[in-house]
Amino acid sequence: MKIAALLASPSELTDTASSKCAVVLMTRIRLARNLAGHSFPGWCKEAQREAVLERCREALGAAAPMKRSVNVPVSELTELQKQILVERHLISRELSGSKHGGGLVINRDQTCSVMINEEDHLRIQVLRAGFQLKKAWSQIDSLDTELEGRLDYAFDPALGYLTACPTNLGTGMRASAMMHLPALVISSQMEKVVRAVNQLGMVVRGLFGEGSDASGSIFQISNQTTLGESEEAILKRLGSVLQSIIEHELNAREKLLEADAPKLFDKIGRAYGILQNCHQLSSSEAMNLLSLLRLGIDLGLFPEPTRALTDRLFIEAQPGHVQAAARHELDSGQRDALRADNIRTEFASIARPDFSLHQKP
Amino acid sequence: MASSLKCDLCGKSATVHLTQIVNGKMHKVDLCEACAQAKGVTDPGGFSLADLLLKASLNPEETIQGSECPTCGFKPSDFKKLGRFGCPQCYRTFEGMVTPMLDNMHKGTRHVGKVPHQAIERRSLLERVTELEGALADAIKTERYEDAARVRDELVQARLAISKPVGPSTGTRATPARS
Repeated sequence: MKIAALLASPSELTDTASSKCAVVLMTRIRLARNLAGHSFPGWCKEAQREAVLERCREALGAAAPMKRSVNVPVSELTELQKQILVERHLISRELSGSKHGGGLVINRDQTCSVMINEEDHLRIQVLRAGFQLKKAWSQIDSLDTELEGRLDYAFDPALGYLTACPTNLGTGMRASAMMHLPALVISSQMEKVVRAVNQLGMVVRGLFGEGSDASGSIFQISNQTTLGESEEAILKRLGSVLQSIIEHELNAREKLLEADAPKLFDKIGRAYGILQNCHQLSSSEAMNLLSLLRLGIDLGLFPEPTRALTDRLFIEAQPGHVQAAARHELDSGQRDALRADNIRTEFASIARPDFSLHQKP
Repeated sequence: MASSLKCDLCGKSATVHLTQIVNGKMHKVDLCEACAQAKGVTDPGGFSLADLLLKASLNPEETIQGSECPTCGFKPSDFKKLGRFGCPQCYRTFEGMVTPMLDNMHKGTRHVGKVPHQAIERRSLLERVTELEGALADAIKTERYEDAARVRDELVQARLAISKPVGPSTGTRATPARS
């Protein structure tokens, strides 16, 4: 399959009506794996990196779960294609900037992507819309087992899977959930939550990982440690932390409604107004407005099908996606105009919020 | 007398005794007045016993400072720059440096979890083949033909085992280090 065709076809994130769970947008698990007898990509000579790329691409091409997937060296991708892949959380910014020997394998429904020669020889990732730790683990576990039959993984009985950075030793597994936490942000409780989550051995980051901001009140929560605990134990611990964050978020929503519903409805109503009428919209403003709209859907102010649209726009409002839709080079001002046009059109047919559900008798 | 304790850093008589619990493990440090001052132990806000312990136990690294990984040429000073190792073998080469790091970094220091059984089995079979090939050559050279015939049969078996796919390893797990 060609990369252009893949990017144009439906993806897990943009076309799944994800949400039985209002708060968790998506779940991801990644495994770091390396080949025995080869230097890690950051310390490797170019020729060796190319050799590793070849071996890994071949093994992935033969693996049943990756049948008919896109399987390309990063050097064959355009800048825009790479940006779109980053925005869909299928590759990292590091891989997109890599010069030699980087590779990428993505399956058809874009639930599974494998980066070759990023920080480690292999970074296998499974991504599922909604709160799906178990499903994601069983998918990635079976692909990893199949690859292990074809590749000699670097493994030590005491230290587990050997990785370039000692922070990934052991399971080499990082599991994360993308959470939408607008009420905790509005009621200024995020700092408290971050601290509590850190104490439980989990990390909180922004939408695009380390150092990125949390526009749209979207946060990534993942396990910090990988050694000394089994995959199942890590996932169980993460799952219960996520569950408790969900509860806090839902409580915070209740409290906001009790304390000052008009203030909250004002925010949501205005967001709707802007999305329906804007002519200039930056990606960060779009994220924040869409976030309020999604909160409105959770509160029953908009019909449920609006959720799929909002979740799709979270991705399609990103600069690369706007640029791709234009088919010619845009500067950031033109992008803001085009983004506004697209979103205005999408929202033209969305009915006004119905606040009656929450009106006191 | 309690003051018979020696300073962990310089060996003088220790007057400062600290106990701190990091990740559920108790660490004790004894220091003399001067070292306590120098390490900022008197400033409770800025002091972490973990840091001190880490640095103290890293000192032996000075002795391997000049050494490098025989497989990839990586040096300990490269780790300071990059924060990453050069190759899987580095974890053996720089074991003295890795072990103290893990304590603060992870929940445990031993892997509990998935084990790549197929890859491990395949590698040990390959090693067996290499070993048998050596033995065969040796037996022929020294004209021990009976041994050679036996080794050859074993070699055929080992090669056959490699060509066969190893059974699936799903559901198998390493024995936990502690229950």
